[in-house]
Amino acid sequence: MSAISEQKIPVLRELEPLLPANEAVIKDRIVSSIYQQAEAICRQAVKTGKPPVNLDARLDGILTSRWLGFPIMLLLLALVLWITITGANYPSQLLAGGLFWLEEQLASLFMAWGAPAWLYGILILGVYRTLAWVIAVMLPPMAIFFPLFTLLEDLGYLPRVAFNMDNLFRRAGAHGKQCLTMCMGFGCNAAGVTSCRIIDSPRERLIAILTNTFSVCNGRFPTLIVLATIFMGALVAPAYSSMLAALVVVGIIMTGIVVTLFISYLLSRTLLRGVPSFFVLELPPFRKPQLGQIIIRSLLDRTLFVLGRAVVIAAPAGALTWILANSFVGDVSVFTRLTSWLDPLGQIMGMDGIILMAFLLGLPANEIVLPIIIMGYMSAGSMLELDSMSALRTLLLDHGWTWITAICVMLFSLLHFPCGTTLYTIFKETRRARWTLLALLLPLILGILTTLLVNQGAGLIKL
Amino acid sequence: MTVNCHIVSTEPGKDNPTVRNHFIIALAGNPNVGKSTVFNRLTGMKQHTGNWPGKTVIKAEGTFYHRNRRYTLVDLPGTYSLHAGSADEQVARDFICFSRPDITLVVSDATCLERNLNLVLQVLEITSQVVLCVNLMDEAKRKRIQVDTEKLAQELGIPVVGTAARSGQGLNRLKNVLGDMVDGKIVTSPRCVVYDQELESLVQQIEPRLAIYMPNWVNRRWVALRLLEGEFNLLNHIPHNALMDYPRGEIKEDGALCLL
Amino acid sequence: MHSSLSLADIPVGSSARITSIVTIGPNRRRLLDLGLVPGSRVDSIRRSPAGNPTAYWIKGTVIALRNEDASQILVDTRGVF
Ligand SMILES: Nc1nc2c(ncn2[C@@H]2O[C@H](COP(=O)(O)OP(=O)(O)OP(=O)(O)O)[C@@H](O)[C@H]2O)c(=O)[nH]1
Ligand SMILES: [Mg+2]
Repeated sequence: MSAISEQKIPVLRELEPLLPANEAVIKDRIVSSIYQQAEAICRQAVKTGKPPVNLDARLDGILTSRWLGFPIMLLLLALVLWITITGANYPSQLLAGGLFWLEEQLASLFMAWGAPAWLYGILILGVYRTLAWVIAVMLPPMAIFFPLFTLLEDLGYLPRVAFNMDNLFRRAGAHGKQCLTMCMGFGCNAAGVTSCRIIDSPRERLIAILTNTFSVCNGRFPTLIVLATIFMGALVAPAYSSMLAALVVVGIIMTGIVVTLFISYLLSRTLLRGVPSFFVLELPPFRKPQLGQIIIRSLLDRTLFVLGRAVVIAAPAGALTWILANSFVGDVSVFTRLTSWLDPLGQIMGMDGIILMAFLLGLPANEIVLPIIIMGYMSAGSMLELDSMSALRTLLLDHGWTWITAICVMLFSLLHFPCGTTLYTIFKETRRARWTLLALLLPLILGILTTLLVNQGAGLIKL
Repeated sequence: MTVNCHIVSTEPGKDNPTVRNHFIIALAGNPNVGKSTVFNRLTGMKQHTGNWPGKTVIKAEGTFYHRNRRYTLVDLPGTYSLHAGSADEQVARDFICFSRPDITLVVSDATCLERNLNLVLQVLEITSQVVLCVNLMDEAKRKRIQVDTEKLAQELGIPVVGTAARSGQGLNRLKNVLGDMVDGKIVTSPRCVVYDQELESLVQQIEPRLAIYMPNWVNRRWVALRLLEGEFNLLNHIPHNALMDYPRGEIKEDGALCLL
Repeated sequence: MHSSLSLADIPVGSSARITSIVTIGPNRRRLLDLGLVPGSRVDSIRRSPAGNPTAYWIKGTVIALRNEDASQILVDTRGVF
């Protein structure tokens, strides 16, 4: 009999003599009986006609084929991002223009009302500006990305990706369903961490939890998209710019996948040693997605929901940043003091103190990293009217950004600590501070090392 | 062979028929059969759905009103059986087995009913208050699979409703059936799997001895079978004394990693 | 009669009937619950690009198993078409 504490359960003490030793055989007999009944019932109640041409099998034959399986995955990823970037470009500009026009109106309202400068500063330059950037930068790409992703999800493509990728995860000593949890992570890492519950083996579940942050979540997508567009996109003719930008973002995502596999491999050979457990995955039939539903749903439920959450966090963060940037100790602002303290580290990582500060302040939500960087630069003296992407580009260039800086920021966006919500979820799911700490340190150390290498490497070959 | 087993009734009206106006319905079923879609349709809520098994991993509650009754519907993660493996399946198993919902609404996939019936028959071993919703009828039709819901109801001894939840087809009927069930207008006589003689005689010896160790609502035949299978862990989920008890629908949400 | 042929050995496109399952413990239960009970028919339908896992048609659904897990399921190909 099993080692269950029998003192605690008196009924077992009484029944022990009755329970036979061959539990496993009994289990088999029970399941077999149930299945026999199920079969008998189905013979009565279910009639199968001649099945129509199996389109599923044909589609599977292509999507999981030996030669086309992987290229199609890559192509779809690139296509989704390309559509997102191309489609988001114009609405983003429009939104930025509109929101900053509104800012001017609000400003003159404040003037007319005779509001004190500090109030104007906190509310307009702090809160409103941050919100405007969050909305202009996040809304359009999300409104395009979510429906596209949901389309693939409802079609039934995700399990096929897991089927294709499983061998890599198996070699890394991880579970094939980790791939599904990563897909959830592309939406939100906190949701991705919770979805790791579908993995039976605690060891493999923990690996999936610890590496989920390497899936770029929607809080980080916009940062990547904006930076890729204004730095890499600008390197080529306008006609190809969004294509190049999409490829750069694909590159970052792929880096994330490679890092996930590599860290999973390391973990399953060190801290979380073990052999791959059992893997079963159902590949459901493809189902025709309902386009209208998908668009409404992903706009209303997901895009606006995520945006709402970002706004709630961005508003106080904007106020805080403004206050830090405008409270002076001596003749230097607190913000500048803090950032200049971080500056040396930032510089060797190819970035600067303001960027690192933005990542730190962005702990509650990655969405606000870029707005804080912008605010940091603007409060540092620049009197720019920031109403378009090209203005943003000028602002960043003015502060010494090169495309190496952009690459380092993108890499650090991929590889730094998970956001606050995700860390909290990791703690809830693992119930251990040490795993939560590891989930924080692992990507952070990796991020510091990577950006350091990239920056120093670029310096060496004089790019 | 069809036998109407004696099932300890979890009949809803029992607690206090005149006052009870609020009922708890658990949504059970294999993964990816449309449980969350049914849930959204009935409650008007927006649980995420997606065409892959494992989309829902934590339970969600929603309410709807029908014929002046209030229902709390509990959307659960999908599970292939009541022998939970992963954490999401545990959440489902715990709710179905130990929270005593007034009705367990099992959603199943019309295109592969046989495998789905594995779970249905297991649920029928726990409670008699079960309604079967055969979902994805539109898909089945497309694949030329005909499910005779009346025949199925006869065979299983419980109400069966065919639906296509995504387009809302059959859901009004489903609500009416749920209403009739809580009103006591539908009396079920669930089909019970009868095992081989040796097993059945063991069950008969064990069952009566369980009485003093657990409250009356616990289905002792089911517990006896699980003990024979060596699933002693389930004893941790039920009170160890006939007089101890906890309220309906209450079960602590869990699913955190416990081993490491 | 026990053949030593396992599910992992049968070529894609062919069918077999399950004779027994070697796996023990919770994984055995898992397989049984998916409908992989002795006596049921299984069709091997496709391999993933890397050759592992393999997808099988079992009781109206497609289930993917890694080859090392499928090798724990013994099958008989005689009399199955
Ligand atoms: N054609 C059709 N599709 C449906 C129907 N009901 C649900 N679906 C689709 O089936 C897929 C699965 O639905 P869900 O509601 O997420 O299934 P679930 O049972 O909650 O799945 P898990 O949470 O993973 O256990 C979704 O893509 C739905 O849109 C239906 O009646 N007909
Ligand atoms: Mg669901």
